[in-house]
Amino acid sequence: MSTRKPSSKELPIGAVVTKSSMEYETGDWGVMKPQTDLEKCTQCTLCHYFCPEGAITMNDDGYPEVINKYCKGCGICAEECPVKCIEMVRTK
Amino acid sequence: MSEKQTLMGMNGDESVAYATKQVNPDVVAAYPITPQTIIVEKLSEYVADGEVDYEYVAVESEHSALSNCVGASAAGARAFTATAANGLALMWEITFIASGLRLPIVMAIVNRSLGGPINIHNDHSDSMGARDSGWIQIHCENSQEVYDASITAWRMAEHPDVLLPIMVCLDGFTLSHTMENVLTLPDKVVSDFVGEREFITVKGHMGETELRLNPDVPLTFGPVDLQDYYFEHKLHQIDAMKQALKVIPEVDAEYAKISGRSYDLLHPYRMEDAEVAVLGLGSTMGTVKYTVDQLRDEGVKAGLVKMRVFRPFPSSDLVDALKDIPAVGVLDKSLSLGAPGGPLFEETMATLYHLPKKPLIANYIHGLGGRDTGPQLIRGVFESLLEIKDKGEIGDPMNYVGARP
Repeated sequence: MSTRKPSSKELPIGAVVTKSSMEYETGDWGVMKPQTDLEKCTQCTLCHYFCPEGAITMNDDGYPEVINKYCKGCGICAEECPVKCIEMVRTK
Repeated sequence: MSEKQTLMGMNGDESVAYATKQVNPDVVAAYPITPQTIIVEKLSEYVADGEVDYEYVAVESEHSALSNCVGASAAGARAFTATAANGLALMWEITFIASGLRLPIVMAIVNRSLGGPINIHNDHSDSMGARDSGWIQIHCENSQEVYDASITAWRMAEHPDVLLPIMVCLDGFTLSHTMENVLTLPDKVVSDFVGEREFITVKGHMGETELRLNPDVPLTFGPVDLQDYYFEHKLHQIDAMKQALKVIPEVDAEYAKISGRSYDLLHPYRMEDAEVAVLGLGSTMGTVKYTVDQLRDEGVKAGLVKMRVFRPFPSSDLVDALKDIPAVGVLDKSLSLGAPGGPLFEETMATLYHLPKKPLIANYIHGLGGRDTGPQLIRGVFESLLEIKDKGEIGDPMNYVGARP
């Protein structure tokens, strides 16, 4: 898919950002995705705090949920999980 | 009609500080370095004495000083700093950021040679090193010009068509530490002239908003800007420099109405029928004027073109001023080691190259490390130019005036 990029005249000066990072879906960057074994999860929330993209939220039951739209598959969550309930799985 | 003014005895640094006190910006962040120190001392004294209400940030380096100004200016504040020589070198990274993010910061540069070997005296190697950073540069001949430029700079920098930071350059010691008569405007006249900083509207990721950081309508400054956008943002800066060529004379004209003092991008002096002329920047131009007057009394058709605004480069004015002069000497107070000539020489050559008929142009490097350039040396430059004019050719265009070979 190709989109026409804005001309210099259409861009705001100062190189300020014109789109929210919410629209910048980084989920297709990587080849791995985290898979969580909720049986082992202790709800410690470390994965949520360590995720550099903010792509792990804690749901109402207190368990982590990965937002695949933004997850780059870096594996930091799996590395940091103290009970090793997150496994990185190749998806591409 | 110009306002009633007070004559004060001030050196160049005090002129910067006094004008800045009258402007009363929001933030001053600066680190002392010779010969700029008096500016920092004065600006902090004003705070201690309760004469101003700007936030004075005592930073730990020049890199932090300008970084502070970048943050303050992005938040919508008027931010001021001042430095010299190696201090400017330490700021170098941030000079490009201030301009690239279009932040109208005003900075006084008290020109000093860039070590090493260490030297605290005047030449232009510091500001010339920053000439590609996207800052407007105004070079002052005397403390009066320093005072006036320290006021008008805000209006030039903040003009919606410009939005570029400005360096007000004054020669270290020659101006910074030399007491002169300076006519000053009343505080209210200055504050009315500079008014409040205005903001243009941009479309950010949360919609239309003023170009400044505001938690109610967030805006991201300084994002990573790669192959697909960086070039377009540079076109913006190119256009801003072009606009500055129009805006600077407009602001100067408005200032002339209240001060009675007119300024231009270029100041030709006794150029009407000149056969030999000198082009240069800064305080040396006072000495050249004195020498031109002497030579004119002796029947030599000598002239001077003082360049007050070096960035943006006033190309078309320069062509008008020099195109019919048989021999021109460009006085550079800095080096570009390994280059064909000094920076002002090279840019003058590039500007005049396309003319079908152009002057013979030689380069006279002078005053490095504060080496005194008195009238006798300037007279020597004119004698050399007369010889070039008579011969109709230049041998080696490079001359090192006042240096022991």
